Amino acid sequence: MNLKRVLAIQRKEVVQIRRDPRSLAIVFFMPVMLMVLMGKGISLDQKNVPVCIFDREGSQQSQDLLKHFQASPYFRIVMVNTDYRSLTSAIDSGRCSLGVVIPNDFSEQLRKGGTVDVQGIVDAIDDNTANLIFGYAESVVAGYSASVQIQYFQSHGLTEIQAPISIDSRTWFNEDLDSSNFIVPGVVVLVMVVVGTFLTSLTMAREWERGTMEQLISTPVTPLEVTIGKLVPYFLLGLLDTAFCAVIAVWWFGVPFRGSVWLMLLATSLFLAAVLLLGFWISAATKSQLAASQISLVTSFLPAFLLSGFVFPIDQMPIVIRAISMVFPARYYLSLVKVIFLKGTGLGPLLPQLLALAIFAGILGTLALRSFKKSL
Amino acid sequence: MLNRLKEMLIKELIQLFRDPRARFGLLVPSILQVLIYGYAATFELHHVRMAVLDFDHSYESRELLSRFESNGHFELAATLQNRHQISDQIDHGKVTLAIQILPGFAELLRKGQTAPVQVILDGTDSNTALIALGYINEIANGFAQDYAYDNLTRKAPSIAVHLPNVELARRPWYNPNLESQWFFVPGTVGSILFTSCLTLAAFAIVREREVGTLEQVMVSPISRVEFILGKTVPFFLIAMTQAIAITLIGTLWFQVPFRGSYLVFAVGTAVFLLSVLGAALLISTISSTQQQAMIASFFVITPSITLSGFSFPISAMPVTLQYLTYLDPLRFYLVIIRDTFLKGSEAGVLAPQIFALVVLATIMLSISVRYFHKSLD
Repeated sequence: MNLKRVLAIQRKEVVQIRRDPRSLAIVFFMPVMLMVLMGKGISLDQKNVPVCIFDREGSQQSQDLLKHFQASPYFRIVMVNTDYRSLTSAIDSGRCSLGVVIPNDFSEQLRKGGTVDVQGIVDAIDDNTANLIFGYAESVVAGYSASVQIQYFQSHGLTEIQAPISIDSRTWFNEDLDSSNFIVPGVVVLVMVVVGTFLTSLTMAREWERGTMEQLISTPVTPLEVTIGKLVPYFLLGLLDTAFCAVIAVWWFGVPFRGSVWLMLLATSLFLAAVLLLGFWISAATKSQLAASQISLVTSFLPAFLLSGFVFPIDQMPIVIRAISMVFPARYYLSLVKVIFLKGTGLGPLLPQLLALAIFAGILGTLALRSFKKSL
Repeated sequence: MLNRLKEMLIKELIQLFRDPRARFGLLVPSILQVLIYGYAATFELHHVRMAVLDFDHSYESRELLSRFESNGHFELAATLQNRHQISDQIDHGKVTLAIQILPGFAELLRKGQTAPVQVILDGTDSNTALIALGYINEIANGFAQDYAYDNLTRKAPSIAVHLPNVELARRPWYNPNLESQWFFVPGTVGSILFTSCLTLAAFAIVREREVGTLEQVMVSPISRVEFILGKTVPFFLIAMTQAIAITLIGTLWFQVPFRGSYLVFAVGTAVFLLSVLGAALLISTISSTQQQAMIASFFVITPSITLSGFSFPISAMPVTLQYLTYLDPLRFYLVIIRDTFLKGSEAGVLAPQIFALVVLATIMLSISVRYFHKSLD
């Protein structure tokens, strides 16, 4: 390997990158955009859920129950219906997310005792949101139920009965369950996947398509020199971009960075090596920008979004899908980044993921070199 | 004119199907993606790993812990002996949560005092933690209620019989078993259709420009509209085929019910694809190289999927972002596809979405037709 030739290729690549300032600007603008959209926009929690009420009785008791809904920070009553039909259409059109129907013999049933059902109707197409809304509504109803029971006990001369269990929960690493602490480190990973793959996957294919690869081959550079020379500028660009993202995450979004900067650097370097070599391999193997970009599109953003544990927990997926997720380096990098940002544990627990990334880089490097040599 | 258009279409179709690898790329990746992501995208928790640390060893504590184990959401991964093990387990990510019952739990319960149960959660995945915490509260409240009721029955059976208890009867419409796949599979179909149609069309046009064959076509007597039609119609047909194939996977493989009318679904899909093709043309007019086209597609795809309501409810977004979602064709299409699948909505209900897509398609197609002219000069 000749360092001078490597440097020459590097310089050629840097010139080529600089000639396209628009793409370069996007490399730095894209992280900002994604961070704002995802960091600010993504929330699975619901607040101020619009509620419509169909109170078929209109008694003191049913009004008391409605007051409990009014007082809850999770709900806001937007509509009081007088028939079932208007309730149905309010839910169907999405004007209300929860419909509460109080039976017409509500106070009568309360007097008799036993279980009294209040209907909660939710458009459950989005099962997760429906579950959350049901959960909140249940806690409101339980609160009302408890107040009814206290009255009942008092009228029978019993002293107030305490709730027998209290749940004392502590959430480690993310005390307030702030979803941006969980999303933003993941966005850093998404950005790096996207930037890393698409920058490199086109560099080789472009040379083949334009015929400049033959010119490159006719010079005395070896495949290894071409690979290194072409990748180093993108590697440095990627590191810079990661640092940029991390700074935004910490200073703008206030995400804690509890781990070591050196571990982050190590993890990012290994990941970038893997991703860049993957892109390089794809473009050397396909030799067409169209195919290269299609493949890298399919193997970058969506897998990083859906299969890496970004928001969908991997350990809840079926075993086959978990096995497939292991093929994507983003999965390992994501768990590294989350741990480094939020947990700040030392090297020990991170070794398996780091090792996996190193193996990936090794395999992809070999594949890239081989397919490059073969095409010569 | 029709003749020239026909010639152009034949040329495009030959180009698309010439290469076996490209042929493979038209349909197979979309099908594979729907198959994989249909399983991956879910917020359901079935086996959250849990560690328990029971200092009390009483009948009551065991009863409570067994409720956690048998609930179907949690999976007992470790039975611990001391507190240090909790941090070890959570730091290494071996468990997501730990439940600790302190000595004296049963005694407090028997005395009628409030007995604390400590729960420690790994908050790095705040969503899982939030959902898990909801289940924990549900289980603990159920236990507490049953315990108090049993107590009362023993002490004063006549009062216990008439104890009023108000409960919420859950009525989840359109998805009675709260199946996560019913929500995500139609969404995945829409998102995959969006990405594949957008990129296929955008790249193909830019490629012609980069290779130089675009000029050859333009010097022929073909008009601009004919050219754009000739370029988009093949992709429209391919994307419609894709739509049929992956919708069938949704209904036949994932067993998501299709309750609506095929006509409404077809019309909705057609206008959606037109707006996506409009976006693709727009990308191809502003990009001169395939690399730029790719960057531009990423630039469109990532926010479109984020803002579409595919996985994150639009109602939970800040208001400014909610307005931004109106620029996203996928946002409207996901409503159409989910509603025709699950609600069986008719054209009347979905008219606003279809209309919005028509408007978006018209705007994007007319902008790209105008700019296409300029970009050739």
